[in-house]
Amino acid sequence: MRSVPRSVERLIEELNRLPGIGPKTASRLTFYLLRSPQEQVQALARAIGEMHEMVVTCSVCFNIAETSPCPICDDSQRDRTMLCVVEEPLDVLAIERIRQYDGLYHVLHGAISPIEGMGPEDLKIAELVERLGKNPVEEVILATNPSLEGESTAMYVSRQLATLGIRVTRLAQGLPMGGDLEYADEVTLTRALEGRREI
Amino acid sequence: MTVRERLYRTEAVILRRQDFGEADRLLTLYTPGLGKTRVLAKGVRKPTSRKAGHVELFTHSRLLVAKGKSLDIVTQAETTNSFLPLRDELGRASCAFYVAELVDRFTEEGEENRRLFDILLNALFWLGDSEDTALVLRFFELRLLDYVGYRPQLSRCVRCAQPVETDAALFNSAEGGVLCLRCGKGERGCRDASPQVLATLCYLQSNDYEQCRRLKIDRRAHFELEGILRRYITYLLERGLKSVDFMDTIRREEAEAVSPGREPAGTASS
Ligand SMILES: [Zn+2]
Ligand SMILES: [Zn+2]
Repeated sequence: MRSVPRSVERLIEELNRLPGIGPKTASRLTFYLLRSPQEQVQALARAIGEMHEMVVTCSVCFNIAETSPCPICDDSQRDRTMLCVVEEPLDVLAIERIRQYDGLYHVLHGAISPIEGMGPEDLKIAELVERLGKNPVEEVILATNPSLEGESTAMYVSRQLATLGIRVTRLAQGLPMGGDLEYADEVTLTRALEGRREI
Repeated sequence: MTVRERLYRTEAVILRRQDFGEADRLLTLYTPGLGKTRVLAKGVRKPTSRKAGHVELFTHSRLLVAKGKSLDIVTQAETTNSFLPLRDELGRASCAFYVAELVDRFTEEGEENRRLFDILLNALFWLGDSEDTALVLRFFELRLLDYVGYRPQLSRCVRCAQPVETDAALFNSAEGGVLCLRCGKGERGCRDASPQVLATLCYLQSNDYEQCRRLKIDRRAHFELEGILRRYITYLLERGLKSVDFMDTIRREEAEAVSPGREPAGTASS
């Protein structure tokens, strides 16, 4: 016996697939949309549909954008001697938000994790090496996550770049702002100690 | 239910983890009492999370877990050993990925296997410590196969049960062990096992690590040992492992870095 119409059930299922949305939230959202004005619901549907039509991957840095090359790669004001390597497009957003970095980016689209089916060949690493071969920079900043996967990726990428003679740096690792020393894990504390500096 | 019943303590090795929701991670643990189990670690992708560093991949941690309706949730985590050397060297890290993938593929959720937990923990330690990580991997593979019910039979022919002569024998993945030359002659799916390699396999299978670690195994023998076990494991799992490709890539690149231009002997085919 089916208690809700098939079309409603389908939307619940689709929403349920989104990160952070469980079956209850999916049902709540669906019934909210059911009661909403038609124009509002259609605007949402259009926005979702158009996003996929409009968004492309930049052929230079592999960030998502509406143009390729993306506005960052295309911006002649940016510092073309620096290149920052990140795992995901959202990481570009995070670094842009602090307004301290003015160079270029390269998005790998993931990190090495063979157990999850991600090897170096599944990331934009060969593309990075090729890009730097054609357009060398002075410094590459490896800004992958401070996790085992991110660290492995950084080590792997730095090896691939070794022959290019480019300075390769890694984001500093240590204690997070607002954190508490006594709760810090062994790895974080070790890295924080290694990365200490004069004050 | 009382509070006590809704919470449980366990030690665990973090085998796998996947991003979940906005800032959470779904962890696959290997534990001594519950075998493989999955739990949710909330908020651990935020830099300020107190738990984050304690539920890193391949960490041995003590966890306090709350029973949930669908998923259990980690409420506290404290590192016992973070196996630092695995985090500093790519070659060692690639071996740890392989060990974790083997445990994941050969186990089902909720099946207790204390010996497997112990050997996993030891293997992670040895992989950070040993100069011969290949020997650690072979030792681990043989123990794992034993503990999950696929112990290869190495000293007697799997068909006629005659002790295998020390001069030559054949390894047959489908039958899970060696065949003597009489039984195995002309058989399909057999692989020659040289006397030295067969003796090494037997030694690794029947002695503890403290003794095995002293073995000096040359590159050729390692290559052969790896080939036999890899073939057997691939046969049992009915597929290759991604972490094997990664391990091979790293090893090949390291060999090339040592002697550029010269192709190393290559990797064992399966
Ligand atoms: Zn771009
Ligand atoms: Zn026989």
